[in-house]
Amino acid sequence: MTDKALKSLGEHIATSLENEVISTSVAFGELTVVARAEHVQKVLTFLRDDQECMFKQLIDLCGADYPERTRRFDVVYHLLSVQLNQRIRVKVETDADTPVPSAIDVFPAAGWFEREAWDMYGIFFADHPDLRRMLTDYGFQGHPLRKDFPLTGFVECRYSEEEKRIVYEPVKLKQEFRNFDFMSPWESAKYVLPGDEKADDAAESKEGAK
Amino acid sequence: MAEVDIKNYCLNFGPQHPAAHGVLRMVMELDGEIVERVDPHIGLLHRGTEKLIEHKQYLQAMPYFDRLDYVAPMNQEHAFCMAVEKLASIEVPERGQYIRVLFSEIGRVLNHILNLTTHGMDVGALTPILWGFEEREILMEFYEAVCGARLHAAYFRPGGVHQDLPAGLAERIMKWTETFPNTLADMEALLIDNRIFKQRNVDIGVFDADEALAWGFTGPMLRSTGVAWDLRKSQPYEVYDKMKFQVAIGNAGDCYDRFMLRIAEIRESLKIIRQCLNDMPAGPVMSTDPKISPPRRAEMKRSMEALINHFKLYTEGFKVPEGEVYAAVEAPKGEFGVYLVSDGSNRPYRCKIRAPGFAHLQGMDYLLKGHMLADAPAVLGAMDIVFGEVDR
Repeated sequence: MTDKALKSLGEHIATSLENEVISTSVAFGELTVVARAEHVQKVLTFLRDDQECMFKQLIDLCGADYPERTRRFDVVYHLLSVQLNQRIRVKVETDADTPVPSAIDVFPAAGWFEREAWDMYGIFFADHPDLRRMLTDYGFQGHPLRKDFPLTGFVECRYSEEEKRIVYEPVKLKQEFRNFDFMSPWESAKYVLPGDEKADDAAESKEGAK
Repeated sequence: MAEVDIKNYCLNFGPQHPAAHGVLRMVMELDGEIVERVDPHIGLLHRGTEKLIEHKQYLQAMPYFDRLDYVAPMNQEHAFCMAVEKLASIEVPERGQYIRVLFSEIGRVLNHILNLTTHGMDVGALTPILWGFEEREILMEFYEAVCGARLHAAYFRPGGVHQDLPAGLAERIMKWTETFPNTLADMEALLIDNRIFKQRNVDIGVFDADEALAWGFTGPMLRSTGVAWDLRKSQPYEVYDKMKFQVAIGNAGDCYDRFMLRIAEIRESLKIIRQCLNDMPAGPVMSTDPKISPPRRAEMKRSMEALINHFKLYTEGFKVPEGEVYAAVEAPKGEFGVYLVSDGSNRPYRCKIRAPGFAHLQGMDYLLKGHMLADAPAVLGAMDIVFGEVDR
C-alpha cells in the first residue's frame, strides 16, 4: 500500500473516532494510530467492522517500556486485514497502575497475548477472564521485560541433592555482569571520558577569553 | 439403577510426552474420554530471547532467531533481517534476494517434512519419519554447505546473506529436487489413503475462516479453511513476485486438509527452488554499503582501512536510525513477525517476536472442546507446534 493510501485511511480513522484517537502517522510504509487507552475497545471494534478498515485479525499484541515517561508503558496492537490486504498499528499508553480494557471481546486471540504482556511488563488488562502468568516460571516474581529488571534476574534454581528437590537461590555471579559500551566517544557516548573531566570547563573559559 | 455421580477427571498431558512436541504441559479436564477444557501451560522452554536481544547489538541478536523455530531456522532470521533493513533502508542485491528465497523454501520443505512425518507418528505411523529424516539430512547438508552449521545457520544478515553459494551446490540442490518427489510420493502413499490415518484426522479439529481470523491463525491453519492468504503472494517480499507458484488451500478446515495442504506446499516450494536456481543472476550477495556489511576476508588481509572497518563493525556494530517497524514473513508455520523499535543506538530498544505457534496453541482449548482425548495429538500435530518459538 502506498503512503498516500495509508494517510487517507489514517484520516478516515481520525475523523470517525475524533474523541478516541490522539494522532495518526505514517512511517516506513506503516500506519500508526495512537489512541486513548480507555477507549481502546471502541477503536478496535471500529477497525474490525468498518468497511474501509476490515482489520479482522489481531496479529500481535505486546507491551513496550519507556521508563522516562510518566505513563511508561505502551501497549501495541498489530492488526491485519486479509480482505483489503492492509496492516495497522494501534498504540495506547498506560502506567503500572492503570488498567487497559481487555481486547478479548473484540478479538478472542488477545487472551494469551495480554497474559504475556501482563507477565512481561505488569500491564493490567481490565476484565480479562484469566490474567495469569504466561511464559515465566510458576511462582515467578517481577516483570522481566521492564527496563529496570536486570538481565541476570534475581534468583537461580538448581536441583538440591540433599533436599531432593529444586531449590531457588539468589543469583551469584562468578564474574561481574559486563555491559560493554561500544558507542564511539566522538559521536554519542553520554558519559565523560576518564581524565577528560575538565575538558568542558577549559573549552568554556577559552570561549570566554575570546 | 441408582444414579452415580461421576466426577470429571483431570489429566496432565506432558510436559514429558512424545506427542507433546517438546515441552507442552496441558491440563485437561475430561468427562469420560471427552475433553471438556484444556489449559496449555507453556513457557517451559522460555529463554528470555526478547530480553537478551535488547542487550545485544543487531548482528549479535540475529543468531537468537535460529533458536526460535529450530526446524526452519533461516525463515526466522529472514524476518529480523527484513525489519532491520526496513529501518535502516538497506537494499539487498538481487543475487542475495534469490539466495534468501532459495533457502527460505528449503526451510519450508525442512519444516513440512518434519511436521508431516511427526504428525503421522502421533497417530501411529512410524515409517514416514524414518524416510523423511533421510531427506531432512540432505537438506541440512545444504545448510552446512553455505554456512557451516546444520541447524543454527546465522546465514541471513542485514544487507544480504553472509557468503555466496559454494561451487557445485546449485547443481546438488537441483539434482535433489529431481529425486525428492519420488520419496515424497512414497511417503504420501503410506498415509493419505490409509484407513487409520483418515479415521484419526478427517473431520477432527474443524474450524471455519471466520474463527481462524478471530483466533489469529495464519499460514496453513488459515489456508486449510479456504482463505487464499499467503504473504508471499499478497505482500511479496524479496523476489517472490517473480516466482510462479500457486497457493495451496483446503476447504474442510480439518486436520486431514492441513496435512494435504502441506504436501502441496512442498511441491510448490520445489517449483520455487528450481526457478531460483535457474534465474539466479551473478553479482554480490551482500549490500556493498560499508556501514552495514563487513569487508571481504581477502580484502581485509591487504587493506588497513578494511581491517579498521571490520573491527568497528564487529565491536561497535552498526547503528540503526530511530523508529519502529513490523516486518513479517510467511514462515512455514504461519506469519512470523518482528516488531522492532530502535532508539538510534547500536542495540534494539524493543524486539517483539510474533510467533505463529503461539496464536495457534491458544486455540487449542477452543478446538479440542468436545473431542476425544485421542484427538488431542492429531490436532496438536496438525497445528505444527515447535516450542522454541512458542516459548521464546
